[in-house]
Amino acid sequence: MDDRNEIKKITMAELFPLVIEMKAKHWRLVQICAVSIEHGYEMSYSFCKNEEYRMVTLRLEIDAEETIASITQIYPCAFLQENEAAELFGVKIQNINPNYHDKLYRIDEVAPFKKKE
Amino acid sequence: MAKRSIVPFGPQHPVLPEPVHLDLVLEDETVVGAIPSIGYIHRGLEKLVEKRDFKQYVYIAERVCGICSCGHGMGYCESVEKVMGIEVPRRAEYLRTIWMEMSRVHSHLLWLGLLADAMGFESLFMESWRLREKILDMFDQTAGGRIILSVNCVGGVLKDMDGGMLQGVLHAIEDLEKEMKPVIDTFLEDYTVQSRLKGTGVLSRENAIAMGAVGPTLRASGEAYDVRMLGYAAYNDLSVEPIIESDGDCYARCEVRLREILQSFALIREAIQKIPEGPIAVPVKGNPKGEYFMRIEQPRGEAIYYVKGNGTKYLDRFRLRTPTTSNIPPMVEMLKGCQLADVPLLILTIDPCVSCTER
Repeated sequence: MDDRNEIKKITMAELFPLVIEMKAKHWRLVQICAVSIEHGYEMSYSFCKNEEYRMVTLRLEIDAEETIASITQIYPCAFLQENEAAELFGVKIQNINPNYHDKLYRIDEVAPFKKKE
Repeated sequence: MAKRSIVPFGPQHPVLPEPVHLDLVLEDETVVGAIPSIGYIHRGLEKLVEKRDFKQYVYIAERVCGICSCGHGMGYCESVEKVMGIEVPRRAEYLRTIWMEMSRVHSHLLWLGLLADAMGFESLFMESWRLREKILDMFDQTAGGRIILSVNCVGGVLKDMDGGMLQGVLHAIEDLEKEMKPVIDTFLEDYTVQSRLKGTGVLSRENAIAMGAVGPTLRASGEAYDVRMLGYAAYNDLSVEPIIESDGDCYARCEVRLREILQSFALIREAIQKIPEGPIAVPVKGNPKGEYFMRIEQPRGEAIYYVKGNGTKYLDRFRLRTPTTSNIPPMVEMLKGCQLADVPLLILTIDPCVSCTER
């Protein structure tokens, strides 16, 4: 990554305080990306400071059965990408608002992007 | 007390080129809330990256969407090149930039036609699309395809433009610029257009940032953010400045796109003047290992291309966050308080691309 594009590894306990801090400092939510890894998922939350063109990605690793809280209470615009991660990868995300209950993409297969054992 | 009702809008609607559905919550004729839903054309293209050689996948990335095809190919290739540390020849970066700017003109002209059609201004719609045809002809002459250009590859580009071709592009944009003048004047000065667009669907700068807006939707609200300023491809050699307007309404979003068309002409002209001689691609050895988040400015706004390689020819993950994914939440915000009759027009002004969004 270059100097305007960094990835910071964080723990579950740090997620909410950091996201709240980003919101308070007017960082824009750029994207949320789920990746299947061994035993679970890697969640990446990217934010951008528009004036500086700086992008920071908060990287959180979670176990497959672990539940994470939705950030839609802080960034309401996160709902599409959180619903997508839940539906395609099977990431357990609590309190997404609005929650499409795995019907965002109207597909029959459960968590089609999840790595098969 | 106003009567509250829910009106389903879409997925099939005369103004929507692609399927998207909205549940509109109305109080009499005023929209007080909207719940968007997509999912009619999801193809799971990101997943295919695990089963296709990373070089072959360029062809799939280009087919995520017809309008944004060139940008998707370029965004994917640039992200893989960053992971592999490939230095692309300068001429290839200039060629990518020229095609990318032609794509921007093509996309904005398509949108202008759709907007005119949504307003019932048929002659303006036909004129916008007549001009768009000329860009498609330029694609045909320079790349051999009118929609899917297939010019990008990991390590450079597959096709070169010789001196005659570049001169042809210069003449074509000169003619096009002249022909654009009355179209621009009509969009900006016609009474009917102004009465439909001015003051409709206002998105404040604060709301645009808070809701994650990108591209012309963001810049029309006064935020000077254009990813081309990062200087990828040949943009670091060219005079790029974000085009902004401050009113945040439908008219401002239209004005930003019109001015961006003229900016693209200037950028193409500058790129043709400065394009260096040399090779158009470098051989690619090895497989990608590592990850990268690439940002590029598509006609509809910032797009994110994430690739994660594991050292084999198959990538672990390719993620594409398209501009429309980011512009749907601000659109919902804009809809609040508008009249039911303005909903189609307002949806159009974010220039939604559902094929990209669903991938």
